[in-house]
Amino acid sequence: MTVFDQLFPRKKVYINIPAERRTPTVKPIASVEESLDEVVQSPKELPNNLIYKCPRCTKQYFTKEFEKNEKVCPACNFHGRLNAIERIQITLDEGTFEEYQADMVSVDPLNFPGYKEKYAKHQLNTGFRDAIITGQGEITGNPVIIAAMSFEFFGGSMGSVVGEKIAYAIEQAIHSKHPLIIFSTSGGARMEESILSLMQMAKTSALLSQLAEERGLFISVLTDPTLGGVSASFAMLGDVNIAEPGAIVGFTGRRVIEQTIRQKLPDNFQTSEFNLKHGQLDMVVHRQELKSVLGNLLDMHRVTPSVVEGF
Amino acid sequence: MAGEASFEQPLVQLRTKIEETKKFSAAQKVDMSDMISKLEQEYTTIEQSIYENLKPSEKMQLARHAQRPTTLEYIAEIFTDFIELHGDRSYGDDLAIVGGIAKLNGLPVTVVGHQKGKDTKDNIARNFGMPHPEGFRKALRLMQQADKFSRPIITFIDTPGAFPGSAAEERGQGEAIARNLREMASFGVPIICIVIGEGGSGGALALGVGNRVLMLEHSIYSVSSPEAAASILWKDATQAHRAAEAMRITSKDMLELGVVDQIIVEPLGGSHRDTTLQAQFMKDAIISNLKEMLPMTPHQLKMDRCAKFRRIGQFMMIGSPNDNAVSSSTTNAKLQQNGLKVN
Repeated sequence: MTVFDQLFPRKKVYINIPAERRTPTVKPIASVEESLDEVVQSPKELPNNLIYKCPRCTKQYFTKEFEKNEKVCPACNFHGRLNAIERIQITLDEGTFEEYQADMVSVDPLNFPGYKEKYAKHQLNTGFRDAIITGQGEITGNPVIIAAMSFEFFGGSMGSVVGEKIAYAIEQAIHSKHPLIIFSTSGGARMEESILSLMQMAKTSALLSQLAEERGLFISVLTDPTLGGVSASFAMLGDVNIAEPGAIVGFTGRRVIEQTIRQKLPDNFQTSEFNLKHGQLDMVVHRQELKSVLGNLLDMHRVTPSVVEGF
Repeated sequence: MAGEASFEQPLVQLRTKIEETKKFSAAQKVDMSDMISKLEQEYTTIEQSIYENLKPSEKMQLARHAQRPTTLEYIAEIFTDFIELHGDRSYGDDLAIVGGIAKLNGLPVTVVGHQKGKDTKDNIARNFGMPHPEGFRKALRLMQQADKFSRPIITFIDTPGAFPGSAAEERGQGEAIARNLREMASFGVPIICIVIGEGGSGGALALGVGNRVLMLEHSIYSVSSPEAAASILWKDATQAHRAAEAMRITSKDMLELGVVDQIIVEPLGGSHRDTTLQAQFMKDAIISNLKEMLPMTPHQLKMDRCAKFRRIGQFMMIGSPNDNAVSSSTTNAKLQQNGLKVN
């Protein structure tokens, strides 16, 4: 068995995500991420990985303590980035997750120079097959279709695999009539799949139009960072758009805008708070309150005949 | 002629030589018609071979040619009775996108397109064809109107991309594009999109969700401008030509990848050489495609459009437990999902 098969059991059964997967090991930052890190904050970890230094307030903690706090700085509430597994782990009720399309990988459709090697490197470094995990589960007893992205895999970029998995998840939401929740984090479209990446924006948005027609609920949770093609497609199309505090959300990255307009942008530019002020979001929710907010929203959308009768 | 691209230099030189020979022959009253016709022949041969074998980076130059016809020029040639409509009803009127109602052989249609300027002043007013959110929202308003009155929609795509500015971000650039994508997918009227120059990133796609997507021969379509891609991939925007080669941006590539349905040929040397002829080719293509779609019901049109985009994308499932995730990507797709395209 390869390492991937251990991580992603092939059988469609209710699985528990193994505890050791909750703690990703330190890995070299790949070039794509480096370029993106210039526009977004990134947690700095000490080499020995025992101590975590908050990039905002510079306080130091035992990494274990930081992780136990769902990667939120206990002192200043800085929200560190979670990968897809960590996200699903803290969001779904324990033991309810069932993964969709776990075996899907990219085929390097354009034979793009260096893509295969980079892709393999990200798979080895992260243990993920691509930048997203989708499936179904429950939140406080409410069944949901869930998708969660990992920024650590290829900068969370959207290529054919991400687009297809989102599309399939939306179809499951349409068929099952369960609400859809997508946790986005992405630098945008994956350059190495070029035009096919761009078309995933149209593909996912077209399916969301069908979900809307079926009056299906879609809650979009934007986490740090959500940029480019992902923000210009499914991530901004939620019936309710929620972001985590301090998350960078926007279409064009700060660096490119600063180069275009030749001005320094304010520190809070494109933060969730900035986006909330400009009407792009419904609310900014602290990670530790997110599950209960989601649970309340789901509950609000589950109006059964008995609720009406009891009115 | 002005504004030749670098790859057109052999033609410019040869043309100069022909003109000089003609002048010389006239001034000295010497008959050099043999030589002139030989040179003319050579010119035609070179011209054909140049335009048939353009590299992606050369097509990029043609697609961005300063004299390349713009949306308003094509509207004037293809349609009659064009009434331009303005504004998004919530913020302003973005001149980087134009639109309105017009007649195509007597049939009312809604026309929307990116609009680049024809000179510096015009280009500044049009923001070089790079829309703000209000531009996308104006386009959406006009398309919703078309849906309401059952008019087919024709869009012309020609933009380097959505404008990368702070005001655009404050007003929700991402949301504006995203909403266009979702709403365009839902309309019950035929939508034909034509890439006439540069199809750059989400800003292009925001007018690009059609039942039929057509593309002029030398136009380009890409996930981001080759300059931006080069700066993301290699941190060097001057590597744009390299990115252009790697990214597959030509009309032929788009046809192969299933992104466009039809290529519309251009007059020799590019559409700017003969706008009227180019417009005629486009009009023929629009009419033949529209004739196929007019009998369809609103539901069929919508489903046809959604299915078209649902199919785009290439991936595979890892077959057996021994498969290596990456090396097997070049082999075959043993387990493909229903209706998914796998190469």
